[in-house]
Amino acid sequence: MIWLTWRQLRGTALTTAAALLVLIAVLALTGPELASRYSAGIAGCAPAGTCDDFFDRFFDEHQLPFLALTLVVLLLPALVGLFWGAPLIARELESGTHLLVWSQSVTRTRWLAVKLGLTGLAAMAAAGACGLAVTWWSGPLDRSAVPELAQMSPLVFGARGVAPMGYAAFAFVLGVTAGMLVRRTLPAMALTLAVFAAFQLAVPFLVRPHLMPPVSAAFELGPANVDSVHVSGPGGGPVQLFLSTSAVPGHAGAWVLSSELLDPAGRTTSGGGGGGPSSTVERFVPVSTTSGPCAPSLGRMSTDACLAEISRLGYRQQATYQPLERFWPVQWIETGIYAVLSLALAGWCFRRIRRGWA
Amino acid sequence: MTTVLRAQALGKRYGRRWALRECTVDVPAGHVVGLVGPNGAGKTTLLKLAAGRLRPTTGDVTVLGGRPGSTPAQLARVGFVAQETPLYAGLTVAEHLRLGARLNPRWDDGLARARVARLGLDPGRRAGRLSGGQRAQLALTLGLAKRPDLLILDEPVAALDPLARRDFARGLAQAAAEHELSVVLSSHVVSDLEKVCDYLIVLAGSRVRLAGRTEELLAAHRRPGGRLSLEDLVLTYLEARP
Repeated sequence: MIWLTWRQLRGTALTTAAALLVLIAVLALTGPELASRYSAGIAGCAPAGTCDDFFDRFFDEHQLPFLALTLVVLLLPALVGLFWGAPLIARELESGTHLLVWSQSVTRTRWLAVKLGLTGLAAMAAAGACGLAVTWWSGPLDRSAVPELAQMSPLVFGARGVAPMGYAAFAFVLGVTAGMLVRRTLPAMALTLAVFAAFQLAVPFLVRPHLMPPVSAAFELGPANVDSVHVSGPGGGPVQLFLSTSAVPGHAGAWVLSSELLDPAGRTTSGGGGGGPSSTVERFVPVSTTSGPCAPSLGRMSTDACLAEISRLGYRQQATYQPLERFWPVQWIETGIYAVLSLALAGWCFRRIRRGWA
Repeated sequence: MTTVLRAQALGKRYGRRWALRECTVDVPAGHVVGLVGPNGAGKTTLLKLAAGRLRPTTGDVTVLGGRPGSTPAQLARVGFVAQETPLYAGLTVAEHLRLGARLNPRWDDGLARARVARLGLDPGRRAGRLSGGQRAQLALTLGLAKRPDLLILDEPVAALDPLARRDFARGLAQAAAEHELSVVLSSHVVSDLEKVCDYLIVLAGSRVRLAGRTEELLAAHRRPGGRLSLEDLVLTYLEARP
């Protein structure tokens, strides 16, 4: 049975393995150089305190491979579910070959166990190897990424660590289940894609924020969490402040779930609907713009001085977030959840095949 | 006389439709048994139940004294060639033999290779590129080399041309004699069975209308004007409503 499973998987398995080996080889060759360029950059910027500039420049230079690799890791589990999972049983049913193989001296349970186990392990190995290689390679970039692409943020988190292995296992068994349900390859692939995509959207936004209770804290305003401040015009009026919704100071890599501006009395301020820079909210702060640090002198205003004044008055950023320290705990919890889901689906497949289905 | 297949009040329901109902049948060992009946009589369902491909909804079926398809040992004793003789299109003839060798403890590799050689099948050819007759022969080879005690064939010749039908029937009769094998094969075309079967079961509306050795049946229904053909005999029983 192992021979037959391998024989049926061989073609796509070898292609996938070859593609992954090429990818891993390229990562292994370019990774050390990337890491050394990062260390050199840190060594250069740390004494001068200009590391934020270095991070921006460094990340900007490598943004394209960073995004492409992240996308590859995110797509791999879906591909595994579509091209290994969905046809695994459905193609046999379509061509009637299940009747041939069930006529040999192998029970159906054993047939399913070997097919599911072996192909599933191959799927997990492929996704796992790809995910960990990309995690290793992207290390320097994850440490310098813009807040929107922080390591804990939905898009990047799912393409790092061990989670891709869990996704691959789930997508694969989901494909097999869909194949057993609809009994035809193409509809099974469509069903797999739809359900898997729904999970990949629902889990990051509805489940992952609550896997561990988010941290809630108030932060002083500064360049890390305020994009910019503006004075409306020469005639005074409040200061227009764009508060970041994706960064909190001192917690690089964190996933910010909510970000509000608290006034000195501790009330959240409501904002204008004005369009500002992406991933910011617009807020108005009633502070004197005709005199003091927020008053433009010679047509210009010092952002740092004005922010310091707003902070001194008691304005704070109130945020809930998942800090980067939780990366591995959340990775393991989420992988565990997907493992349990996969086992439940596999259990359903076994029960169905044992009850004389087909 | 021992029994290879016994069904008692056997029924199989798909949703609300009964594919087979109240079927009681006894198939003796040591024969090539033809199972005849019109389309939809439940022949395939009965054979699938016997091969353990399906679980009965009601009643009971035993094959060679055991529950069909329950254990690897039971599976090894019963060969099943499904309708339209499915094969893995991407696997070669040789790989199909390897599949048989890997999945069957009683596999007779000498028999398989000899048969493939005699049939003139190219071992390196993919099953998807074989003709219908060659596919049927390869499927039969897999069924025979498994060395079962009972070989079940579901409409094995339905898709074949007359020449391929004749060759298939010859190969089957030869193998059955050589290996002391019991065979049950179904067809809705009586002339297919005439040359191979020495035992006949007529199934209609799930019920056994007629069962017995072909020779005896024909002798018992001899007409004054001459010998009745098997086809006429079957038709007589199919037309007779209970």
